[in-house]
Amino acid sequence: MFVSISTTGAAEHPASDLGFLLHKHPDKVQRFPTAHGTAHVFYPESGERTCTAALLLEVDPAALLRHGRGKGRSGSPDLALAEYVNDRPYAASSLLAVALRTVFRSAMKGECTHRPELPGRALPLRIELPAVPVAGDGPALVERLFAPLGWQVEATPVPLDESFPEWGDSRYVRLELTGTLRLADALQHLYVLLPVLDGAKHYWVAPDEVDKLLAAGQGWLADHPERALIARRYLSRRWSLTRLAMERLAMARLAEADDREAEELDNAVPDTPEEVTDTDPTTTALAADAASTPPQAAEEPVPGGSAEAVASEPADGDAGRSESLASQRRTAILAALARTGAARVLDLGCGQGELVGALLKEPRVSEVLGVDVSSRALTIAARRLRLDRMSERQASRVRLVQGALTYTDARLKGYDAAVLCEVIEHLDLPRLPALEYAVFGAARPAAVVVTTPNAEYNVRWESLPAGHLRHGDHRFEWSRAEFTAWAEQVADGYGYTVAFEPVGPVDPEVGAPTQLAHFRLAEPATTAEPVTGTEPVTAAAAATAAAAAIADRTDSPSNDPALEGSANR
Amino acid sequence: MTTETPEVGTPESGTPRARRLPVTDVSLVVLIGSTGSGKSTFARKHFLPTQVISSDYCRGLVSDDENDQSASADAFDVLHYIVGKRLAAGRLTVVDATNVQQDARRALVAIAREHHVLPIAIVLDVPGEVCAERNRARPDRQLPPHVIPRHQRDLRRSLRGLEREGFRKVHVLRGVEEIERAEIVPEKRYNDLRHLTGPFDIVGDIHGCRSELETLLGRLGYALVRDEQGRAVDAAHPEGRTAVFVGDLVDRGPDTPGVLRLVMGMVESGHALCVPGNHENKLGRWMGGRKVTVSHGLQESIDQLSAESDEFRARVREFMRGLVSHYLLDGGALVVCHAGLPERFHGRASGKVRSHALYGDTTGETDEYGLPVRYPWAEEYRGRALVVYGHTPVPVASFLNNTICLDTGCVFGGSLTALRYPEREIVAVPAEQEWYEPVRPLRADAPGGREGRPLDLADVAGRRVVETARLGNVAVREENAAAALEVMSRFALDPRLLAYLPPTMAPSPTSRREGFLEHPEEAFLAYRHDGMRQVICEEKHMGSRAVVLAARDDAALDRRFGLPGPGAIWTRTGRAFLSDEQLTGAILDRLRSAAERAGLFEELGTGWLLLDAELMPWSLKAVELLRRQYAAVGAAAGAALPAAIDALAAAAARGLDVAELTDRQQERAADALAFTEAYRRYCWPTEGLDGIRLAPFQLLAAEGANLALRPHTEHLDLIDRLVAADRQQAEEAGAAQVLHRTGRMLVDTEDESSVAAAVAWWEELTGAGGEGVVVKPVEAPHRDATGRLGQPGLKVRGREYLRIIYGPDYTRQLDRLKQRSLGHKRSLALREYALGLEALDRLAAGEPLWRVHEAVFAVLALESEPVDPRL
Repeated sequence: MFVSISTTGAAEHPASDLGFLLHKHPDKVQRFPTAHGTAHVFYPESGERTCTAALLLEVDPAALLRHGRGKGRSGSPDLALAEYVNDRPYAASSLLAVALRTVFRSAMKGECTHRPELPGRALPLRIELPAVPVAGDGPALVERLFAPLGWQVEATPVPLDESFPEWGDSRYVRLELTGTLRLADALQHLYVLLPVLDGAKHYWVAPDEVDKLLAAGQGWLADHPERALIARRYLSRRWSLTRLAMERLAMARLAEADDREAEELDNAVPDTPEEVTDTDPTTTALAADAASTPPQAAEEPVPGGSAEAVASEPADGDAGRSESLASQRRTAILAALARTGAARVLDLGCGQGELVGALLKEPRVSEVLGVDVSSRALTIAARRLRLDRMSERQASRVRLVQGALTYTDARLKGYDAAVLCEVIEHLDLPRLPALEYAVFGAARPAAVVVTTPNAEYNVRWESLPAGHLRHGDHRFEWSRAEFTAWAEQVADGYGYTVAFEPVGPVDPEVGAPTQLAHFRLAEPATTAEPVTGTEPVTAAAAATAAAAAIADRTDSPSNDPALEGSANR
Repeated sequence: MTTETPEVGTPESGTPRARRLPVTDVSLVVLIGSTGSGKSTFARKHFLPTQVISSDYCRGLVSDDENDQSASADAFDVLHYIVGKRLAAGRLTVVDATNVQQDARRALVAIAREHHVLPIAIVLDVPGEVCAERNRARPDRQLPPHVIPRHQRDLRRSLRGLEREGFRKVHVLRGVEEIERAEIVPEKRYNDLRHLTGPFDIVGDIHGCRSELETLLGRLGYALVRDEQGRAVDAAHPEGRTAVFVGDLVDRGPDTPGVLRLVMGMVESGHALCVPGNHENKLGRWMGGRKVTVSHGLQESIDQLSAESDEFRARVREFMRGLVSHYLLDGGALVVCHAGLPERFHGRASGKVRSHALYGDTTGETDEYGLPVRYPWAEEYRGRALVVYGHTPVPVASFLNNTICLDTGCVFGGSLTALRYPEREIVAVPAEQEWYEPVRPLRADAPGGREGRPLDLADVAGRRVVETARLGNVAVREENAAAALEVMSRFALDPRLLAYLPPTMAPSPTSRREGFLEHPEEAFLAYRHDGMRQVICEEKHMGSRAVVLAARDDAALDRRFGLPGPGAIWTRTGRAFLSDEQLTGAILDRLRSAAERAGLFEELGTGWLLLDAELMPWSLKAVELLRRQYAAVGAAAGAALPAAIDALAAAAARGLDVAELTDRQQERAADALAFTEAYRRYCWPTEGLDGIRLAPFQLLAAEGANLALRPHTEHLDLIDRLVAADRQQAEEAGAAQVLHRTGRMLVDTEDESSVAAAVAWWEELTGAGGEGVVVKPVEAPHRDATGRLGQPGLKVRGREYLRIIYGPDYTRQLDRLKQRSLGHKRSLALREYALGLEALDRLAAGEPLWRVHEAVFAVLALESEPVDPRL
């Protein structure tokens, strides 16, 4: 990887003073060992009028590998996530930042013993980086990061492969920064912002890099309009360390076996920063700063992320005024469960355990079994619910287990109620009958509450392009008629009755954003002798339940005018 | 059932004859006697040490002191736990504790019942003085003086009530001498006919349909024996086959006495076995004078039997009384009973077992006809034994999880069905008429049925060991199963279709040649070393692995896999290869019509084909990976290196010595370019079918056949015909060919010129940008020199291709890279290969879905093991 720093000058301030500032003689070719390879410093030009210093880092792939290893918690060498075909030797990433700091340490600190007056002087600088990796917005992001610091930014995207123009641009830009700044500041900007631009996921960063960031950011980071983004990006690199927990490696290998990215498979729960404030007080300030940014400002769409999470927030960012849709969903589910009086409840597809937590707050509920297929979701849920710190009595009310709803599961039998909250739409339609059988046929709880998006409502999400699903992993989204037809067929087939209710603001045209079906096991006949006329029971019960649902609808929390308004805008 | 031996209670003082104590082979033997009565000595003498669980030993386990009475409660918990585990596993177990108190025995009887084995009491009644004397001789056991008299009192009090407490055999041994002379005689269970190996013809529910029964027996090859009135009284098979009746011979139909006469005759002459159905049970109770509700066709039997002689009725009554609820046959591989039986009940004896065997289990609900809803035990059945039963009328007998229901509702106008065993052939004769009107229409399917061929989490989750025919037990670790579960349940196709996942393949041993990481000569050498002369080199296409299931028509797929459709194409992890169903359909359609044209369906006698293939271009599936990783690296290198080289040129012009540095950058730039060239070869645009190339290289399975066991030369011949057929149809339609040939060369590993020719071919292929070759023994599977399963193939990848794997300038790090270790990869490749073959074996044998899925799932789980991904 390569960077060049040029300046111009005149007789009284010759450009070649750059050599003093950098502590590197313009007429020498020097080499410096760094953690990831050898850095070479040389001057393509050096004169009174112009002077250019160049740093060429020859990355040692073996060193890169050594650092890549042992990053799992067990410290065992695991090769799955170390990419051998890697842009690190070429792209200006954090490796270059580290090299800059190693080679130009004094310059970065603004020290120059021979010419103490030089560091304080702003110089006309031109910095050229032929390949800067940018995650997200590309040139626009580069502009947002460097322009506020006084740089004139020219960022040109590099095409991926001219043989395949349909592949578009790569994530690299050719970057040219010009401006009149002190050299120390310029170097610090590069040191902090190159890794932030890169946002690489599988690259190792030592914990003390955080301290280095704070030190390097002194004097300019605090006032930067994008400081929150910078902090978040920086921290997200640290979170990437936690991504390497053992349970994820197995998933990553399966992705690799299929020529896919790990994130494409292991996307059951979003990568969240929940650990940061807990584990590292030094980052608290920056983290808090990052957290205060409303989610709408997220600079990039999260692959497989949820449009709803963004869209359900009112546009003015005043989250305090109304309940999020997720929370309204929980309220509706809890109310439905309360009507059945269920004490032993299954949360099927419990994700990060939000509903499990809410259920545990209900004194009526004596036992919650949370089931999810994602080991990572369960790990996060256990941490969020603080299972390890619960009292024995509390802990005995809850269990989290891995399970898959396309398989029958003996552990799920005998419960009062099961909840499938935003779960069915994550299954491919052809696999849905397997879930139906596993839940309604085999586990057979007395009541089942199912929620799923109402696809008709999608036109009301501003941020959702037409025809798109709300979540990257949704395999389908149903209209109200489709959901009703499905639920009635399931109820019919398995001897349940079903009633429906809307969740969230009801739009007169397209309904509510979420639809909820409440199934109840039709009274089991206790006698083995022939019983006549069992059929009408279902219909009658369904009618009663439907009537109840209609009654519910009139005073549901979803009539909040604020929400109505935001959704209709 | 016999309750006790004739000797019980008969004093035999002075007789030198040994007391013979019958003990059922699977039972719980409870020794009863006061301390010092010699129980431990008796147990040691007659039973294996592992069969005897003593309370003293358990006391020691929990307290480090065998005599610590304060630890008794915990000690008995442990004892009960061990006893329970042993009984669950069907092992004879002896409890060595005083057991003189009823409470202690009650717990043991309950455990025996819970596991459906007979509790047997053996009482050692020894005079108190003898016990006291023995205890005095044991320095470790200082008992208070009142203990032995109390034990003696408790024992006396117990003696009379032991049978009432539930002991099915009670043996009382009085005095030291009788104990000395006692002899244990192992006894088989009534239901244990494992020594009978058949062959059998198992016949479903008859319900008085004598005429159909006679026809069926005739169809099965039995010769009927008739009495002077022309009534069938016996039937024998010339080849000595045995008929087995699953019960419900009686009621509803036109001639219950006729059926009974024939079946009883066959059973008495040893030509048949018979288990009782619920209808026999009720009729038997009625005949025994018990009060029963006359319903469900019992009236017909009563009326018909009243016309028979008293003698005949007495014979029927006796026959009914002697019926055993179920039989274990053929070494335990076959279980026959009336209403089905879960594995834990096989060969067991208890009221519950009998009840399940006769009536089955119900969910407690009733259906819309008011009939009890049957508990779908067969769906959950995972046993090795084939369970053949009847009881629930179904339109067609079909296998579900190694069980089959033979009640095809003959009396309701359906058919009378028999299963030939071990042939597993169904023979059925239609009913002559509807003899009895059914309360509800016949169910559309066997219990569980089509929807209900569900897989259970217990089939796949957690640490598992999968038995394979070729590599013994293959273990799957819990964390790997967890990852596989997530991928399988969230992304994979319906497991019914997913009969196979391709195993990973090891590379050839690392080349010793300068400049090469892999070279074919190492692969040839390795096989030669294993004694394999005949190997085949197959061109390795660089696309993405695809397993293809192609059906001849929608119905054919439905018949075999329970899902209609044209078939499916999936990736190494079981995902649909293409999200575009239409395109999938188009590819399958080409394959199907090619197979039709080439006559493959006919020739292989199948309605579907399962193939292993490579689907190209690579960019079709991996475009995201290409863009994010491969092309990106090329782009970054292409942007960065020229800038550095320009700067170096400027520095050189200033007279700085950067020659060496410049050379290196130029080399790196050339490597990066070579890298870009390497991946570009595997990318091209596609539009619909245009540009798509499918290169099948192995036929995996067809109906009833694991084709992966055939030599590779045969595979390639068949596939060549497919490809030729596709070429023809493409030419006719003026379209591009979709199926493509796999280049190959046969090599004799001991013939230098043959090896040299193959090396030259590899050089040519890889020189032109090919990925490389796979070297496979022609005969598969093969055993290596030590008799172990050998590697099914070794990949030898081209020098340029490897840049995609090891990085653009890997050739400059060969010394380091050659240190690579292949052990784990080779082991993984073998295990996955054995599992893959196992899945195909199981599929071919028509084994239950869960058995096939177990092996397929294990392949996926192993894929998540940590192995250097570059290998």
